[in-house]
Amino acid sequence: MTTETLIQVRDLQKHFKGKNTIKALDGVSTDIHKGEVVVVIGPSGSGKSTFLRCLNLLEMPTGGTITLEGVDITDPNVNINLHRRKMGMVFQHFNLFPNMTVLGNMTIAPIKLLKKSREEAENKAMELLERVGLADRANAYPSQLSGGQKQRVAIVRALCMEPDVMLFDEPTSALDPEMVGEVLDVMKELAHEGMTMVVVTHEMGFAREVGDRVIFMDGGVIIEEGKPEEIFTAPKNPRLQDFLAKIL
Amino acid sequence: MQEWFASFAADFENNFIKANRWKFLLDGLGNTLIITLLAGVIGVIIGVIIATVRSTYDKTADGARKTAGRRLFAIADGFCRFYLTIFRGTPVVVQLMFIYFVVFAWSDNGVMVASLAFGLNSGAYVAEIIRGGIMSIDNGQFEAGRSLGFNYLQTMCYVVVPQVIKNVLPALANEFIALLKETSVAGYVAVQDLTKGGDIIRSRTYSPFLPLVAVALIYLVLVIFFTKLVGILERRLRESDH
Repeated sequence: MTTETLIQVRDLQKHFKGKNTIKALDGVSTDIHKGEVVVVIGPSGSGKSTFLRCLNLLEMPTGGTITLEGVDITDPNVNINLHRRKMGMVFQHFNLFPNMTVLGNMTIAPIKLLKKSREEAENKAMELLERVGLADRANAYPSQLSGGQKQRVAIVRALCMEPDVMLFDEPTSALDPEMVGEVLDVMKELAHEGMTMVVVTHEMGFAREVGDRVIFMDGGVIIEEGKPEEIFTAPKNPRLQDFLAKIL
Repeated sequence: MQEWFASFAADFENNFIKANRWKFLLDGLGNTLIITLLAGVIGVIIGVIIATVRSTYDKTADGARKTAGRRLFAIADGFCRFYLTIFRGTPVVVQLMFIYFVVFAWSDNGVMVASLAFGLNSGAYVAEIIRGGIMSIDNGQFEAGRSLGFNYLQTMCYVVVPQVIKNVLPALANEFIALLKETSVAGYVAVQDLTKGGDIIRSRTYSPFLPLVAVALIYLVLVIFFTKLVGILERRLRESDH
């Protein structure tokens, strides 16, 4: 981990307008450094997923700025599609393309967007599949894979775009318990290789073991953040103490 | 029994053989197929356009800025909705007669006008089939495409549309079969389609039974044929469903 800032978030707000305006994010500021693994925890409805989805503008923030590598991506004149390529995203429900094989899922974006040749894209994809132990499933369709395998494919699909940061939105929440480990292992390996990661998760073991920093959110704001050992062994805020008491 | 056969044979000859009356059915069948095919093509074109406008407008509503383009888009969406309401809310015979006697009163090409009328009507139904197909694709597919860096159009072309086509093809084929039967009202605007052909025979021979049975049988054979085709298509599509 270096001190070079990759993503700078300032006063991020997301208000859902309606009869009762919901403030999903109510002024979030933080810096994400290169090579850092940031784990975001919090009760459901705390805004942690909204925060993550705002980082690559899948959710349009209603206020504040997000600066990625020096560019304010909330500026309407910025081509967000170019910046999304640098931010790989992994979803709770995998969102693999069901009409394409594993290899097809992994190569479509590099071929169409990075203008790689099919051969080049497939070589890269096979190399990544090899690393997550799924080379033999390259020609399978998503419906033929287990949940854990699907999520591992989703991770390497994002890696095929060679992103600078990986965003994980509760990547193990939809998995059967016995499959959580295989996905976390891949994420750990990625962290050890120095990938910058922002992970929204309920896996406290992962947060403690792999996280460089833990952010606790509630009510659309950051309540407390710090090193995992501080957060888990000496929580200061009563809401965090209460949250940890419920889940640990 | 013999008597019955003799009278049936006489009836058959009177209705179909004499004065080459079978030609009314053949010519009528030709017109029915032409109208159905043309209307089908027009319907798909209109349906795709409307479905694209409607679903794009809906899907891009969140976070859209109120630019002039967006306002123009809102007008287009409003027009599409108006179109759907009119063409799905009134009987196809009324639309056909309106288009033939009012809009294209100057034209005497009944087959073309009827094709256009049925096409305009079918387009409204096709639009809703396709829009339903687009909306049935899980939003996660769309988000996955966008998160990889595809823009809206690329996400649609590479990710959403291939799945939509697979989902809507059977429903579209069924719409085509329904269209084939709907064209039987083309006789209202002096188009000699299959139904009208049978009716002309009846008006000459004063015997309604055989001409109507013949017309019904021909429709039935066509529908069974197309239904079989749809069945094969559906099975082929399922094969790539692992």
